[in-house]
Amino acid sequence: MSETEVKTNPQGDPITSVAAPPSAAKKDPHAEAKRQKVVTPEYMFHEAPRTKEFITGSEAAKEAIRRSNVDLAIAYPITPQSETMQLVGVLYGEGYVKEYYRGEEEVGVMAAIAGGSRSGVRCYTATAGPGTLRGLEGIASWPGHRLPVVAMFTCRVVNAPLAIQPDNIEVSYLLNCGMIVFHAENQQDMFDFTMAGFTISEKNDVTLPVGVCCDGFFVTHARGYVRMQDRGIKLPPREAWRGAVPVLDAENPPARLSRDAPVQKSNFMAYNIHAVWQQEVWAAVERSRRYIHKYMGGLLTAENIEGAEAIIIASGSAAAQSREAVRLCKEKGLNVGLIKVRSLRPFPTQELRQLCGKAKLIVVPEFNYVGWLAKEVATAIYGFSKAKIIGGPRVYGGQSMPVELIVDEVESGLTGKKSTNVAMSQIMGGTVNPDEVAHFMRSI
Amino acid sequence: MAKRFNIRMAGVGGQGVVTGSHILSTAVINAGGESTIVPFYGSEKRMAPVESYVRVSDEAIYEIGEITFPHIIIIFHPQVITHGKSYTMPFYFGLKEDGIALINNDGPMKLHKDQARELEERRAKLYYFPATKTSLDVAGMDLATNMALMGCIGAITGLTSMAGLDQAVKDRFLGKGFVVSGGTAALDSVVERKFKKKQELIEKNVAVMRAGWNYAVDKGWAAKEIQRAEEPAAAAAV
Repeated sequence: MSETEVKTNPQGDPITSVAAPPSAAKKDPHAEAKRQKVVTPEYMFHEAPRTKEFITGSEAAKEAIRRSNVDLAIAYPITPQSETMQLVGVLYGEGYVKEYYRGEEEVGVMAAIAGGSRSGVRCYTATAGPGTLRGLEGIASWPGHRLPVVAMFTCRVVNAPLAIQPDNIEVSYLLNCGMIVFHAENQQDMFDFTMAGFTISEKNDVTLPVGVCCDGFFVTHARGYVRMQDRGIKLPPREAWRGAVPVLDAENPPARLSRDAPVQKSNFMAYNIHAVWQQEVWAAVERSRRYIHKYMGGLLTAENIEGAEAIIIASGSAAAQSREAVRLCKEKGLNVGLIKVRSLRPFPTQELRQLCGKAKLIVVPEFNYVGWLAKEVATAIYGFSKAKIIGGPRVYGGQSMPVELIVDEVESGLTGKKSTNVAMSQIMGGTVNPDEVAHFMRSI
Repeated sequence: MAKRFNIRMAGVGGQGVVTGSHILSTAVINAGGESTIVPFYGSEKRMAPVESYVRVSDEAIYEIGEITFPHIIIIFHPQVITHGKSYTMPFYFGLKEDGIALINNDGPMKLHKDQARELEERRAKLYYFPATKTSLDVAGMDLATNMALMGCIGAITGLTSMAGLDQAVKDRFLGKGFVVSGGTAALDSVVERKFKKKQELIEKNVAVMRAGWNYAVDKGWAAKEIQRAEEPAAAAAV
């Protein structure tokens, strides 16, 4: 690779490694931030030259915030967390973020983020695991209030027994909020999706929050190569007047926020208001598709699909493991394709229908017990593909998925051999023997 | 086809399992390859189980997390086997067919007959290497056991060079910033003394590493193109 590699975040403790040099003590600590130049999103995402750095996912998120012209960031550092919000605090010290404080807990943070966004400024927060669920009441209300926000979810285990390793079951709770949800595979995705998230969320015909998820720890605490634009440029500021709803004027609150909320009247008018509102939220999710294409290059990426004997469909860290599975399959003489889903909401339904039309076998590895992605895939391609869909393998509680398990599923799926890792009830489509499924259900 | 080795290292606290894996990883990158490491341990105390997972390749590595099915396992301490001081039990769990187990012991160990049979069924190659003894002989201390093992595994995988390992040890103990910032001439006497001590430490570590490398070559374990390393000049124990 001919690109130059720079090291602005040297290896070591991420906090001390970003301290300002001693010679800068007397200088304005915000000087560099003040010199940042605004560029168009088009230039930022498509044209600006990039250099490569070897950084953690949390540092990648921080670098994305540095270039995103963020007004307000609110932190609540819970364990399990990542250093992301701590690093965003460093950016506040350097003047890249205008306002920053620590909330009392997640309910308060999500409510305050709502207030910030409603008042017209660009907001960012990050949480993880149990913190996501604690904040979910507020998060689920953001789309209905049409609040552009970017929130990062560095997924950890949420269900008992307690663990603090990555398990992305919390994504399934976010899928039905009405927000846009991206799933990052690696540090590069964390960087790109976060920045694109601000731009997409603030589009007039979108005006919705964006959740950027990753499988925490694997991405947040581990280092990877990230190609980044120069830190001297940033996205344009939020222009709240462009949004779909007016900015909150505290002295003249809009009627719908303070009075006559639909919930107060159980009549057909209330149902009608709610229906229209929900339809509009989900229509806005649909309308975000073209911006995801424009700024992120699509809702999914597909490799080696033409002529593949089997297709692996994965998101997040499972996509990383699947790349290795494709390599191992190739060594065994099996031609396997890979589809990485980047956007979960909106979901790439049309794209999958087209790509999987001729597929015979689809394997969906996941880092959670319930298999939310397999269900999404099966629902999306139902009636458009005759493929046998193996909803697995799955690991949970934060275990790393051995690549060999994915290869096993591809092999057993192709040969018709019974899988030892995936329950019969999780095998969909194709020629499933209902007797075997019934037998399995009786035996468990 | 990519040259790829997933290596699981198991040892006990204080042996430098994580340091060793860091050095091997850096050495492979220094030699133009790709590598990732994932350390894994509970409470940090001497003699408590430690594992470290190292992936080395000549191509990009995407995989994350622990290694369940390694090509190579390195056992830093016989107690990993005899006392079950490991997160993975038995010690060879998941070892791929025709895999390698590099074990730090003065000679072949008596394994339980079931374990011996299972290892035979997988056609596992058992390489017993007296790493602690080598460290004592060459450097006069047992602390370089990890270096001996890393030298040995460097030659076995063939994905790095002695020069790459050499540089990795320097990177680890000196830190790039320390050398680049002023050079020895500008350092005050305290730092200079420390530097001299570090220099000595590095020389000893590299000497042990070289001995490990050559052990692998002499035993015929090394990758095809790997040659014996030059005998270190300052190998004698002080």
